[in-house]
Amino acid sequence: MSRTIDDVVSPTQTNTIPADISGQMLDLDEDDDFEVFSKDSTLADGSMFNASMQTSPGSMVNQCKFEEDEDGDSKDIFITVDNPESHVTAIETFITYRVLTKTTRSEFDNSEYEVRRRYQDFHWLKGKLEEAHSTLIVHPLPEKFVVKGMVERFNGDFIETRRKALHKFLNRIADHPILSCSEDFKVFLSAQAWELTTYKKQGPGFLSRMGETVRAVANSVRGVKNRPEEFTAIQEYVEDFSNKISSLDKVTQRIVKEQKEYLEELKEYGPTYTLWSGSEEELAEQLKGVAGCIERCCQETEEQVGHLSDTLVPVLHEYVLCAETLKAVLRRRDNIQAEFEAKNEALATKKVDRDAESSDLGFVWGSLLGKNPEEARHQRQERLDGEIEELKVEIDKLEDRVEWANNALKGDWVRWQRSMRGDLKSAFLSTAEKNVDYYEKCLAVWETFLLSQRTEPSEETDRDNTS
Amino acid sequence: MSYQMPQPKSLPGKSYFILFTLRYLLRKMEISVGEAEKRTGKNSVNMQEIYTVYLIETRPVDAVTEGLIPAPDSLWRRYSEFELLRNYLLVTYPFVVVAPLPEKRAEIVWHKLSADNMDPDFVERRRVGLENFLLRLASHPVLCNDKIFYIFLTEADSRLKAMNAAFRVKNPDKRFTELKHYSDELQTVVSQLLRVQARVADRLYGVYKVHGNYGRVFSEWSAIEKEMGDGLQSAGHHMDAYAASVDDILEEEEHYADQLKEYLFYTEALRAVCRKHELTQFELEMAAQDLTSKKQQKEELVTGTVRTFSLKGMTSKLFGQETAEQREAKLQVLEQQIEEGEEAVKEKNTESNEFVKTAWVDIERFKDQKDRDLKEALISYAIMQISRCKKGIQVWTNAKECFNKM
Repeated sequence: MSRTIDDVVSPTQTNTIPADISGQMLDLDEDDDFEVFSKDSTLADGSMFNASMQTSPGSMVNQCKFEEDEDGDSKDIFITVDNPESHVTAIETFITYRVLTKTTRSEFDNSEYEVRRRYQDFHWLKGKLEEAHSTLIVHPLPEKFVVKGMVERFNGDFIETRRKALHKFLNRIADHPILSCSEDFKVFLSAQAWELTTYKKQGPGFLSRMGETVRAVANSVRGVKNRPEEFTAIQEYVEDFSNKISSLDKVTQRIVKEQKEYLEELKEYGPTYTLWSGSEEELAEQLKGVAGCIERCCQETEEQVGHLSDTLVPVLHEYVLCAETLKAVLRRRDNIQAEFEAKNEALATKKVDRDAESSDLGFVWGSLLGKNPEEARHQRQERLDGEIEELKVEIDKLEDRVEWANNALKGDWVRWQRSMRGDLKSAFLSTAEKNVDYYEKCLAVWETFLLSQRTEPSEETDRDNTS
Repeated sequence: MSYQMPQPKSLPGKSYFILFTLRYLLRKMEISVGEAEKRTGKNSVNMQEIYTVYLIETRPVDAVTEGLIPAPDSLWRRYSEFELLRNYLLVTYPFVVVAPLPEKRAEIVWHKLSADNMDPDFVERRRVGLENFLLRLASHPVLCNDKIFYIFLTEADSRLKAMNAAFRVKNPDKRFTELKHYSDELQTVVSQLLRVQARVADRLYGVYKVHGNYGRVFSEWSAIEKEMGDGLQSAGHHMDAYAASVDDILEEEEHYADQLKEYLFYTEALRAVCRKHELTQFELEMAAQDLTSKKQQKEELVTGTVRTFSLKGMTSKLFGQETAEQREAKLQVLEQQIEEGEEAVKEKNTESNEFVKTAWVDIERFKDQKDRDLKEALISYAIMQISRCKKGIQVWTNAKECFNKM
């Protein structure tokens, strides 16, 4: 139970891909890939490839950087999402965000792009990326709907939170060695609004997509039989991680709530001392001093709560969504394998069929039609042989697909774990730092007050001495 | 002229006519607190104030049964005068369970609109309460015979005011009145402070304790992580420590609250001293008023004029003057009483002055003690906050180091 995924996915295994997946990619024969990915529609997990997969993974990767660069020095694409604006049409009101791209990548015609996008567009992009790379881990989008109700959609805080999440979403894709090479991604960043609408309309029609979805569901119902150990381990981890991160999300939101209620009471507390000072003579100064300290601590508390809401809460929430993404990715991988297994089983059945003695029914049927039983059997065997050969070809392709999917996932899994660790570590660090800062500021406030009190007795003794 | 006795809105089943015996001229008397009015005037610290006065009407039952319905004797009194009367009765008849007065302030407010003593509903309820109070006194076998009570019911306001003006001792009165205001204010503000402080402490408790959940979840999470495990585990311990630290903090807050509470209770003692002063003052004023009334009676007797409309005056008009001997006898009694009265007034005056002097010495002592004690309390409060901040810095610095190891 406590065995971690790292134990299973060790660098010594020959099947695993190192952090940059590119090495594996280049091993594939380019021509085969071109065939596989542009003509054959069955190799995605139930959905058609569109224009984004015209180029093979190998050739795509050639255009992309192989190395994972976390630092900004060798980053060649910078994206910002900002400037939310409200758009009112006859039918609806929605928010658009400005997406600003600066890049030196060769596949982009310009070095700078400025477009406006709405949430729907981001959602479309995510869908396209997941279609094309079903076992890569795409960073989650902020939620589509707010649980509390639609009125909240246009609340300032909600828009700002969403904007930040969208910004992160695009940057994560930009950082990803494979996803950032996606044609859909490029179009998203560079096309004008009407161009994008046209582009979106390409691709498989509704009915064919439905058909693929049905197949996917059928596969998932069937289930996978021989899942490799490492993916089971990943799945178990994801289950646990999902629980823990959800708990942390809830705990943090509860802390924010309690802090806000504390702040409300604190706001009443200070003025009471001020009120009291109005009735006193000697004590008035001190009472006002205490009131002042409390009020300043109120300000610090407000800042601290704000920081928590802005920094830790969104990150935890993102990873709650990530956990769901991971579960979906694992499911899709399973489906790919399930499809392969299903075809294998079909092959085995066909082989048994072919190798079996001619069945009575076939013989009877053949004789009814006036065929020579010997000829009938021969025809049948030929037919089955043909089918078997076709199946074998399909199975080969599916096997490749499974292997590719597995490797993609394994590589991306390592990558994801690293970013998860980085993100959560920095969020918690930032929170701890802010809390230290908060207490230090409050400490200074009270120490100043205390100093002002302590000096007074010495003044009094001076007066006594001189009187 | 016709006069309609106002019906008080008393509780059902309560008799409007209370019978009691009176040592003096009348056997039975009707009492009611009929109306309420607003007055403005200058109070003892020379500030403008608005207050409510209540109309006390009395009428002998006899007059009604004899077919006469004379206008009732009436006078206006305000709540504080009722208080004086009650305090006097408390002291004079210590064995008697004296009926209570209605609320001084609108303390318990139903609709949270205002705790306003000027609110008409409040005034009306108070009027009923005051009438009830008087009727209780009047129906008490011992209290109903009290002379001061009788004077309270029947002697006109203007006379009382005049007496006050002649015999008031100016500065001490002001100081005691200020002291009473101060003690009321202190009670109100410290009560409020303690209430808010309790709420703040309660909320703070919530914040700290929820962090304990971090401890639990971090610990569970660390079990499934490899590189992050150690950092998370130790961070979790610090979160537990943080959550636990609030218990000590709240204990210190309680200690501080106790120091404030002591002074909250002290206000009661302050008020008791002010009450005693009011009482001695009241006795002095009553004695003075009695004296003046006697002097006036003497004057009436001598000159044959009737100053105020009273039953006595009417009866003498209706049934003729007394004989010269009767008048002479009465005069002698009165002169004796006047002499005694003057002695009494002198005595009360001295008593009052003595009280004021000694009381004020102790009040000054108390004030110094209070200032010292509360100053110390505030300093210790600041020290408490500093300690809490230091603990917070330590915990979160440690947690930060653990997060760094993640």
